[in-house]
Amino acid sequence: MTPLDKPGAATGPRTDRPRRRRAGTGGRRGVPLPLLLPGLLAMAFLLLPLLALLIRAPWRSLPGRLTSTEVWQALQLSLISATAATAVSLVLGVPLAWLLARTEFPGRGLVRALVTLPLVLPPVVGGVALLLALGRNGVVGKWLDAWFGITLPFTTTGVVIAEAFVAMPFLVISVEGTLRAADPRYEEAATTLGASRFTAFRRVTLPLIAPGVAAGSVLAWARALGEFGATITFAGNFPGRTQTMPLAVYLALQNDPEAAIALSLVLLAVSIAVLAGLRDRWMTTS
Amino acid sequence: MTTDDDTTPPTPSQAEPTPAPPPTDAGTTTGLDARLVVDRTGSRDHTGFRLDVTLTAAPGDVVALLGPNGAGKTTALRALAGLTPLTDGHLRLDGASLEHTPPESRPVGVVFQDYLLFPHLSALDNVAFGPRCRGASKTEARTRAAAWLERMGLADHAASKPRRLSGGQAQRVALARALATRPRLLLLDEPLAALDARTRLEVRAQLRRHLAEFEAVSVLVTHDPLDAMVLADRLVVVEHGRVVQEGTPADIARHPRTDYIARLVGLNLYRGRAAGHTVRLDAGPAITTTEELSGPVFVAFPPSSVTLFRDRPSGASARNLWRCEVAGLETHGDQIRADLAGELPLAADLTTVAAAELDLHPGASVWATVKATQTHAYPA
Repeated sequence: MTPLDKPGAATGPRTDRPRRRRAGTGGRRGVPLPLLLPGLLAMAFLLLPLLALLIRAPWRSLPGRLTSTEVWQALQLSLISATAATAVSLVLGVPLAWLLARTEFPGRGLVRALVTLPLVLPPVVGGVALLLALGRNGVVGKWLDAWFGITLPFTTTGVVIAEAFVAMPFLVISVEGTLRAADPRYEEAATTLGASRFTAFRRVTLPLIAPGVAAGSVLAWARALGEFGATITFAGNFPGRTQTMPLAVYLALQNDPEAAIALSLVLLAVSIAVLAGLRDRWMTTS
Repeated sequence: MTTDDDTTPPTPSQAEPTPAPPPTDAGTTTGLDARLVVDRTGSRDHTGFRLDVTLTAAPGDVVALLGPNGAGKTTALRALAGLTPLTDGHLRLDGASLEHTPPESRPVGVVFQDYLLFPHLSALDNVAFGPRCRGASKTEARTRAAAWLERMGLADHAASKPRRLSGGQAQRVALARALATRPRLLLLDEPLAALDARTRLEVRAQLRRHLAEFEAVSVLVTHDPLDAMVLADRLVVVEHGRVVQEGTPADIARHPRTDYIARLVGLNLYRGRAAGHTVRLDAGPAITTTEELSGPVFVAFPPSSVTLFRDRPSGASARNLWRCEVAGLETHGDQIRADLAGELPLAADLTTVAAAELDLHPGASVWATVKATQTHAYPA
């Protein structure tokens, strides 16, 4: 109780800044229990599993496990495919975000809703849908196979496609939001200086929304890295080819739980690194 | 969605304005000749706004579009720049029709109200942006930009990002950026509105100098009569999307034709029918003037020419004597401005001492007189 008593006792002699002091004590005193207890519980609930991961981690055997070829393969595949999926999302998603934010076309609201559907769609359903579209007998995949001899399912490319399908909406939403917040009159100013609409986008808009694009990329990348359902459905679980870290974790959990913990730790470390990278953007409000 | 011209890079023929014929006075093929009609249906709060203004200017002219907020000045400017399409009318610049030319291909430079300097580019690169887009090489564009900054006295700030520039400096960079494309029409949207009072004075003088040096047509939009009168050779007053009066600043200041302009230039203005020296107002009493006119006229007189009395002045001639009631009082410089209601609504300026002696307060009744020699009547 000492921190509570101190400001109260100080009100006697010094009354030049009463408001701040009152707000300080009131802020602490005013937290109602029905909010405080569930809040603390939620905090514990979110942190406890991560703590458990750290507590049970096989620290001694960790270096050996993390340097095994299997882990390396999975990690490498994960990083490469997540990065490729992010690149695909950037190349296709940024223009889509621009179309949604800067142009008017009939049914734009519907398109926007459909584009963001993968955000809420269970990833397994996404994987099934991808199989039906791009699988060997899929709506499009049939022709890809017949005409170009391209098969996407159960390949590394399939992993990238599955991850991009799930991750791209994150980027589109983020970039579209930034675009909407950006002043479109800068584009007009560029236009009056002789820039075509594309030049205006490339030389003015894109640099202006770069922070939003970066944040969206990180989000998409993190989502792609953790992608499980769509990947295992569409690309399968072949070590070295389509077995990404989350799949490896799941598989390891069944025959070698310690390996699963080790792999999970790696993913946790990556996530923390991502969060640290976004700190400036999302955690400065406090 | 118009993607046709979006992806087309400006070809050199589009990018460089056609070489202008040597400026001649009152030439029919040089300068600006426009009738701007823009219909805006149901946008903002006023539904069904229509802008219909005619603008002509010779090379070297500085025309100010003056009008209250919402009069359509900025819409007119955007139409000239091509940012808002014309519903009807025409737009010719140095003889070339521009109605269907996309904004990026018009030989038009724009200084936006809040400048819209690209925040991620240095002052130099902001100015070089235009020449670069119009086909100049990177070094060439930068050389030209540097020359413009030098001319604006900003050589030291070439590497500065816009956020490090003061309001006045940013305004000059914006002007340099607009001029660096060698436009044949320079548009300025409220060029001084974003500045504080102190820098405004200084920047206004500089801007006047730069506009005087500019050899093609300048059109500026403002709601500030002082800016308009200092910067422009000719004023075009726009109200409710229409031109209500145009002329030289001196002419407009002396002969206002609408209440808006009269208020701007600080005159009491009435409309009536003249018969000899007497003007019978459309609503209210008659005013005696020195001019001898007949037919519809305007009568104007400055608030400073009004004399107020608490009691009906004896001895004074009964001409131009009205019984009024004080509707409001406000300080106006070192004077008190009294808003009077009654037989003839008018504004009167008097010294603080006089106001105290007359014991003026809202609701007080007073007698107001104006000498005939202080009034000015002109045909409506």
